[in-house]
Amino acid sequence: MEQELIHLKINNIPVTAKKGTKIIEAAKSIGIDIPHLCYHPDQRVKARCRLCSVQVTGKRKLLASCSTEVWEGMEVFTDTQIVRDTQVGILQLIMADHDGDCLTCSKNGHCELQSLCTRFNILKSNLPDVSMHREAVNTNPSLVRNPSKCIKCGRCIRACKDVQGIEALTFANRSDKIIVTTPYNLSMEKTDCTLCGQCSLVCPTGAIVEKDDTQAVLDALQDPEKHVIVQTAPSIRVSIGDAFGLKPGEIKTGQMVTALKMMGFNKVFDTNFGADLTIMEEGAELMDRLKNGGVLPMFTSCSPGWINFIEKHYPELLPHLSSAKSPMSMFGAIAKTYYAKATGIPLDRIFTVSIMPCTAKKFEAARPEMGRDGHQDVDVVLTTRELTKLIKYVGLNFNNLPESEFDSPLGTGSGAGAIFGASGGVMEAALRTVYEKMTGHEAQPLDFTDVRGLADTKEATIDIGGTPIKVAVVNTLLSARKMMERVKSGECDYTFIEVMACPGGCIGGGGQPIGTTNAVRRERIKAIYEIDKDLPIRKSHENPDIIKLYKDFLGEPLGEKAHQLLHTHYHRVHKLYEFD
Amino acid sequence: MTQEVRFITKNFGKYDPMSIDSYLSIGGFEALKRAVEMDGEDIASVIADAKVKGRGGAAYDMGRKWSQARAVKGDHKLNICNADEGEPCTFKDRELIKNDPFNLIEGMIIGGYTVKAQDGYIYMREEYRHLRPLLLNAIKQCEERGFLGHNILGKGFDYHIHLYSGAGAYVCGEGTALIRSIEGKAGRPRMKPPFIKVSGAFALPTCVNNVESFSIVPHLLMDDEHEYTSYGSGESIGTKLVSVAGNVRNPGVFEVPFGTPVRDIIYDLAKGINGGYGLRLIQFGGASGKITDKRILDVPYTYDDLKAAGVTVGSGAILVIDERTSVLDFLRMTQDFFSHESCGQCTPCREGNRHAKIILKKIADGVATEDDIKTLKKIGSIMTLASLCGLGETAQCATLSAMEIFPETFAVGGAK
Repeated sequence: MEQELIHLKINNIPVTAKKGTKIIEAAKSIGIDIPHLCYHPDQRVKARCRLCSVQVTGKRKLLASCSTEVWEGMEVFTDTQIVRDTQVGILQLIMADHDGDCLTCSKNGHCELQSLCTRFNILKSNLPDVSMHREAVNTNPSLVRNPSKCIKCGRCIRACKDVQGIEALTFANRSDKIIVTTPYNLSMEKTDCTLCGQCSLVCPTGAIVEKDDTQAVLDALQDPEKHVIVQTAPSIRVSIGDAFGLKPGEIKTGQMVTALKMMGFNKVFDTNFGADLTIMEEGAELMDRLKNGGVLPMFTSCSPGWINFIEKHYPELLPHLSSAKSPMSMFGAIAKTYYAKATGIPLDRIFTVSIMPCTAKKFEAARPEMGRDGHQDVDVVLTTRELTKLIKYVGLNFNNLPESEFDSPLGTGSGAGAIFGASGGVMEAALRTVYEKMTGHEAQPLDFTDVRGLADTKEATIDIGGTPIKVAVVNTLLSARKMMERVKSGECDYTFIEVMACPGGCIGGGGQPIGTTNAVRRERIKAIYEIDKDLPIRKSHENPDIIKLYKDFLGEPLGEKAHQLLHTHYHRVHKLYEFD
Repeated sequence: MTQEVRFITKNFGKYDPMSIDSYLSIGGFEALKRAVEMDGEDIASVIADAKVKGRGGAAYDMGRKWSQARAVKGDHKLNICNADEGEPCTFKDRELIKNDPFNLIEGMIIGGYTVKAQDGYIYMREEYRHLRPLLLNAIKQCEERGFLGHNILGKGFDYHIHLYSGAGAYVCGEGTALIRSIEGKAGRPRMKPPFIKVSGAFALPTCVNNVESFSIVPHLLMDDEHEYTSYGSGESIGTKLVSVAGNVRNPGVFEVPFGTPVRDIIYDLAKGINGGYGLRLIQFGGASGKITDKRILDVPYTYDDLKAAGVTVGSGAILVIDERTSVLDFLRMTQDFFSHESCGQCTPCREGNRHAKIILKKIADGVATEDDIKTLKKIGSIMTLASLCGLGETAQCATLSAMEIFPETFAVGGAK
């Protein structure tokens, strides 16, 4: 159906827009950026900050351009005296209630409020400071809340509720006492929160941010006693460029590795290697369950937000969860055993850092089951955002760095490992290996495109040697919840379900650069499959370093050693306000 | 000596509000019987022809509203009686419910029939909980006699009424907040569109009217003598219930024909200022209304005349303040009310009220500067122009109008 076109004028410039377009979007199409804070392109309209108010001929009041649809013959003015006075006035009202210690704020330089104040040249607020100056809430390894920096835009609430279906954040109170808080004002980890960090990705200020662990890494790098190794998740190479002003979806693997080496990491390894290892174990587990009548459908277990979700919300389905650790944690376990042994470096000198697109990974790394003999397998997890800070700290001109290769032996990853970064990637990687192991020949084609993309639920049926295997892929926890309800009701006949907590998978993770919108996610997904396509090895079980690892150290997938190091179990987590 | 008229209030004292038989004995439900023989569009026309304006405060053409609501497609539609009556100094709806609950229900049924709604909600403010038994009894008796329920009057239309009590927030008188409250959510306004008539309570097409608006309808349908339209002139036709309070000898609700001079309402019906004090100011339409002084006394009480004089009819409240209260003290009291009642969602209202309060205190303390006064005015302008809902839009009405009428209050140096 052809969509009706609307003709309007913005600042006397004729504009044609589809019916249903909001003024703010129509203005953007002709290069006008109407200031906004609560508006977010991926979210439902909130219209509460009122910063985007504009003048429309014939209207007594100003209209919020984020919520007002264009109409035929509409005349919009975005830059009159009254509009400017109102917008600047609203900014000043917000500033007066904002703890403006920008110099020591972790969002300094990435804060939308800050850039608006710069844009409008607000040098000094004309209003008295009415901010409540409350302490930051820093009670978990993943996220920190700074209530005094909150501007009550509601983006975090929308991300939590509409994207993730969690509702760990909500408004409470009214008038100038209104706050964003958790149910019963509990700290986030004690609520339904999964620490996925999508809230931190959309917060326009520093009100919800990742827990900053950069100093621990800087200290380790300066410590001559420490052998500091780093692994980088599959999605970082396609997202780090954004933070340095490159266009979304640029592949910056080589520059990223160079930067890490220049920073002083002793070895730069690849989580894609860990991902291949995960496929070996998870694939073997799936085949074992199929063969021996194990619990099906089996769920993937790579996404820590998803793990936190199932532990809190669907503990009765935990037997479905693969016992395989995530690529990061498998890598960590191998680093602190196989690698330590091979290099002869004592365990207490090895310091492992993970660069992850994820805030929940910080929580995963701190789980007591992810380590042994008093050593955690991963010492510090940094998000993409923190890595960006480190690169800037060291003073590297990222975009112009030469390219270099990952180190050996934990630096080789297959295309299958690479696509872990996008929703559907784990499924596709597993199918490539499982298909071949079960049928004895390579899947043709090797690409399982049905499970790719940003859609929240995808499914496919694959004929494996005459047996049709039905699989599903979901991303976002809202879709995960719907899928879990279907599994519980017994109405679905899937064999294998991949779940990623964040929209689009890790490329859209809560630890990715600020500005990660769905449009950006699409570009990153393209880049991920580009990497896979260009790699000589595209199946995990053909990764030579993986083959060597099993031969020299692990034995067989699901074997005793593999079981000890690469598998784990998760447990029901009781919430403080559970009533059942 | 101006006398009250009895049109909307003609049933007051004529029957036992706990008894449907008593109501029937004075001709109750005759209007409904008439209505169900009419086409809904014709009912809307009767209201439109009488130029009835919504009595909640926005004064929207009621006949047009019903006609528009009727045209909205939907298998399940609602109408709502807004009995939140939260505007300070407004208590006419309370009198209508207390004295004539069956007439209100009859008006709602006619409304439901007109706009093709199957369910009606009465959203009554928490402070009127003492009136709940009265309304519940009236609803029950109407159900027992077949005026509510299935196949009403054998005409094949179904309509039910549900009584819902608010929890005390002023902002819940605003349509979208009221609807959220009925849905069990926090009573905070939302942006429009979607408009209530298309997507209201439970996302169903919804038509919201005030208690007084509904109460007019049965009388209007039975008004063969055209009494209603004989009152008033121009756009202000018929009668209006005004709530007069403050420093007057005889506060109360009075039904007056449009066009009655303000002086007559205050000095004849409300018996003037008590204690012989001088008049300081009058606020029209509730706390969200503008204020003025004695220059308003000879203005006829009509929509247009009040508007020309800088104030509005609003909720029908007339608050009289004598010389013992300073303009500034009055404004600070009004400001405290809004600072308390803002829902806090949108920046202009949440933060604007907070700073307006600070500046008013500075004026009272004699430490305000010229910049403060400018800022106060600017905040008022931002709130009026850019707030999400009517609360923020009107919260500074009193202060902004005071700046015009009582400039000496804002003279730097802290004059009264």
